Amino acid sequence: MGFAGLAVGAAMAGLRPICEFMTFNFSMQAIDQVVNSAGKTLYMSAGSVHVPVVFRGPNGASAGVAAQHSQCFAAWYGHCPGLKVLSPWNSLDSKGLLKAAIRDDDPVVFLENELMYGVPFDMPEEAQSPDFLLPIGKAHVERTGQHITVVAHSRVVGFCLEAATALAKEGIDCEVINLRSIRPLDMATVEQSVMKTNHLITVEGGWPLFGVGAEICASIMEGPAFDYLDAPATRVTGVDIPMPYARNLEEISGPQVKDIIMAARRMLTGREESRATA
Amino acid sequence: MFLPGRPLARRALRLLRNLGARSFADFASEATFDIKEACGVGIENAIKPTDHLITAYRVHGIAYMRGIPVKSILSELTGRQGGCAKGKGGSMHMYGQNFYGGNGIVGAQVPLGAGVAFAQKYQGFDSLCVAMYGDGAANQGQIFEAFNMSYLWSLPCLFVCENNQYGMGTAVERASANIDYYQRGDYIPGIKVDGMDVLCVREATKFAADYIRSGKGPMLMELETYRYHGHSMSDPGISYRTREEIKEVRSKSDPISLLRDRLVGSGLSSVEELKEIDVEVRREIEEASQFATSDPEPPLSDLTTHIYQTGLNSRIRGITPWQQLAAA
Repeated sequence: MGFAGLAVGAAMAGLRPICEFMTFNFSMQAIDQVVNSAGKTLYMSAGSVHVPVVFRGPNGASAGVAAQHSQCFAAWYGHCPGLKVLSPWNSLDSKGLLKAAIRDDDPVVFLENELMYGVPFDMPEEAQSPDFLLPIGKAHVERTGQHITVVAHSRVVGFCLEAATALAKEGIDCEVINLRSIRPLDMATVEQSVMKTNHLITVEGGWPLFGVGAEICASIMEGPAFDYLDAPATRVTGVDIPMPYARNLEEISGPQVKDIIMAARRMLTGREESRATA
Repeated sequence: MFLPGRPLARRALRLLRNLGARSFADFASEATFDIKEACGVGIENAIKPTDHLITAYRVHGIAYMRGIPVKSILSELTGRQGGCAKGKGGSMHMYGQNFYGGNGIVGAQVPLGAGVAFAQKYQGFDSLCVAMYGDGAANQGQIFEAFNMSYLWSLPCLFVCENNQYGMGTAVERASANIDYYQRGDYIPGIKVDGMDVLCVREATKFAADYIRSGKGPMLMELETYRYHGHSMSDPGISYRTREEIKEVRSKSDPISLLRDRLVGSGLSSVEELKEIDVEVRREIEEASQFATSDPEPPLSDLTTHIYQTGLNSRIRGITPWQQLAAA
């Protein structure tokens, strides 16, 4: 509460602070400053008080840190008008989106992932420039496909790509969308994809109820892509429980590659087991 | 040295009367600035316009002192487009130059104020931030967090606790283990000030501001004051204290009466002169209130303006999926 408020006050008075939460679990204590002081002030002041602050830190499940240190806050912050909420997956996302967040004049919640910090990625030449930016509010199609749209954010984007590789062997061609931005949510990209593939799965590490996938499914129903669905959309999410500590339990608390494969296969073939030959 | 010059006194009285416009308490839920006038006027006369200030929700008098015209304040209370926040903020959320509201969540404004002070020091300015809160907020953890960081980093922050003896309906003795609010900053030097005496407040603030501007770090000032009315329009204000208590304060310690008696008693002003000021102020208030009741409400399109500074060309979802509103 103290330093989050201090960062917001400094932003109101002309600086561009970056406030780091050691994990977003601790931001729950400071959430009033994020939502009420940062998010709503531009509106309440009819545009006269700006709050160009960035709140960043690791979000979601880690490894062996148990229930109080493993929550995903994408849905919590994504719910609130006045905030922008970003969720990078790879190095390109992290660099381009963080810089965009800092340069953005609005309060941005930047949800990183601890388990991704150590994962290396190839970076194209232009991404290495100090002015490389990615647009806020735009999803990215990581893999094009014809049969099914798989939408995800953060670490599980990688799982979706692995699942897509496996599914390709059975003749199932996945289009994998990396949301990058939770608020604003790029439904246009998702809708365009669903109107091509006619099938939709959302994948997230967070809890199922009132989550990111829930929002995507509701929006699909309200938009032009609904008429293109050949099957109801499915959400693949974390289990609806506090995160357990024991490793074997933790492993089955969140979506794995096999869960994504099974969900896609079931939607397209009606079967959970593969009939594909290797 | 001890008595103010005539121009200051006359101006102070005019300002006090402005703020004591009790007829407009009807419009606002938290409007009752009454009796705190000495605090707001005293502080503003001791700091510079380039200094910064932030307070909680009982903000109308402070807003006036920070330079927002009466018209803009009253029409914000009535939710009109001529309001200082165009009707989008309301009674609790008024902002101006170097003035950050107007904050509805009790205590949140104190770390914000420390942050504003941080920004002054970071940029090498010699301005300070006055961060105001009440006895009701004084036990909030985040206030102590703000104290800690301000002292550690020598931030130019003047913490001001307006102790009006009641946090909503709870008397200070029932709320705080230690009701010496000026001491609650622990390592931060604190002074206790008679919040009913505008000159006392002004001199104390000057002292504190000089201390802070010299780079010695933050200071805490407790202003002992009172609240005539209830906490808000839904609080009659007499279920937790007696009418006699209120009457007694009004007759013995009212800041406007005190200053008037001083001015007249020392020959700096006459009863007639002060009456003239009174009449003039009431006229100004009357005009402003006419405006506040006749100015139109904001256009419906203002519903979706000022959500983001850098707009994203996205539509804002309305009440139903087919109501997609334009953001601006």
